[in-house]
Amino acid sequence: MSEQFEPRIIGFLCRWCSYNGADLAGTSRLKYPPNMVPIKTNCSGRVDPTHILKAFREGADGVLVAGCHPGDCHYINGNYRTAGRMPLVKKLLEQLGLEPGRLRLEWVSAAEGEKFQRVVTEFTEEIRALGPLDWQAVVGEAEGAAGDPEAEMAKEAVPA
Amino acid sequence: MSKFKFAMYWAGSCGGCEIAFLEIKDKIIEVDANYEVVFWPVAADFKYKDVEGYEDGSIDVCLFNGCIRNSENEHVARLLRQKSKVLVAFGACATSGGIPGLANLATAQEIKDLVYTQNPSVDNPDRVYPQERYEVPEGVLELPVLYDTVKTLDQVVDVDYYMPGCPPEGHQIAAVLDVVTAALKGEGELPPKGAVIGVAPKTCCEECKRTKSEKKVPGFRRVWEFVPDPEQCLLEQGIICMGPATRAGCGARCTSVGMPCRGCYGPAEGVVDQGAKMLSTVASIIDAPTPEEIAEIAASVPDPVGTFYRFTLPGSLLRRAKV
Repeated sequence: MSEQFEPRIIGFLCRWCSYNGADLAGTSRLKYPPNMVPIKTNCSGRVDPTHILKAFREGADGVLVAGCHPGDCHYINGNYRTAGRMPLVKKLLEQLGLEPGRLRLEWVSAAEGEKFQRVVTEFTEEIRALGPLDWQAVVGEAEGAAGDPEAEMAKEAVPA
Repeated sequence: MSKFKFAMYWAGSCGGCEIAFLEIKDKIIEVDANYEVVFWPVAADFKYKDVEGYEDGSIDVCLFNGCIRNSENEHVARLLRQKSKVLVAFGACATSGGIPGLANLATAQEIKDLVYTQNPSVDNPDRVYPQERYEVPEGVLELPVLYDTVKTLDQVVDVDYYMPGCPPEGHQIAAVLDVVTAALKGEGELPPKGAVIGVAPKTCCEECKRTKSEKKVPGFRRVWEFVPDPEQCLLEQGIICMGPATRAGCGARCTSVGMPCRGCYGPAEGVVDQGAKMLSTVASIIDAPTPEEIAEIAASVPDPVGTFYRFTLPGSLLRRAKV
């Protein structure tokens, strides 16, 4: 058994481009590490910073956000919003003592199975090098009567 | 008829909530008619020992302001929870951590070092620090232990209701007292547990009288850099105004005098993390032709934690910085 750290990565993939890019990687039998759990979103612009923070809070070591290339957004300009949010979230993470490299934004089209393979492989190795995050331990002292993240998230209505 | 028992306590906060209580104005006469003060360190001379002697659940309503920052705050929070029927987290600090919650960017030791040795105006060559325990001939003196992490009241004890605001507005405090008094008298029902009471489920923007249109800004400015237009939405003028992510209740008093909302009323209804929502908003309204330029403008926003989490860091998803 290898003792090496296996990072837990959450990948928010836009359904029009990046998720299909991931499918292409799969149907092309391209190999990449199994550390990323993909979550299909309608658009990279649908990825609320709340989702990213929740992922880190609940044990993710890294978060990948992947969407259509600029100009290709199914919703015209959703990915332009993502382009603005990610650097600001990184700055926030840095202030909170998280390495900004734990969050990565990539544009992956439906034709870029190989790019998807490369991004996931690279990112997994980068996070492996950064080591575990374990935010539960950071806030461990603050765990109290309330503050169950599940209950907190349940308050936020997510439209179907 | 015997009066209902009232308590108010000041934990980790500035004391503004205590003063805000007087903003209920002549309603204070009604409070006096309906309630007997059994604990209120600012206004009446009761000791912790008196409270310890009360029966459990004997205090009808307790307004608790301030965050939980040291062992004394925590002890009294637990004590008052045990003795109170209705415990209200009163004000931004008790609800979501408030301004003192920004201490979660550092450790207790870092803060002590800054205050007792590193401040330029401090003259402390022997590095004398306050001690939690100190023995003197008469016995042992003790000070409360300062925690590394500031907590909200509900991270320590069960809370019945929340009243945000820094400080809460007088008419809302009055509204809360009306609801609780009516319920105690059997003339009304208490709202569901965990409710934010005294405020409407709207955002600050809905109370703000400024003219609003599509939000597209080429960059961000601070209020001292220019004189904002008195009519137009501040966010549309490139000033980071927390209105869209903030609960209504204050009557948009800041924006009406040209100052942006700082978000003291906490997250709007249904919002988990006020800072994340506002950060998202701010990054979404940038008007630039390429993603690279948009990214550059977004990254120019100074101090995201201090801007977006000014009153809510301990109550947010990540709660504190990793140090």
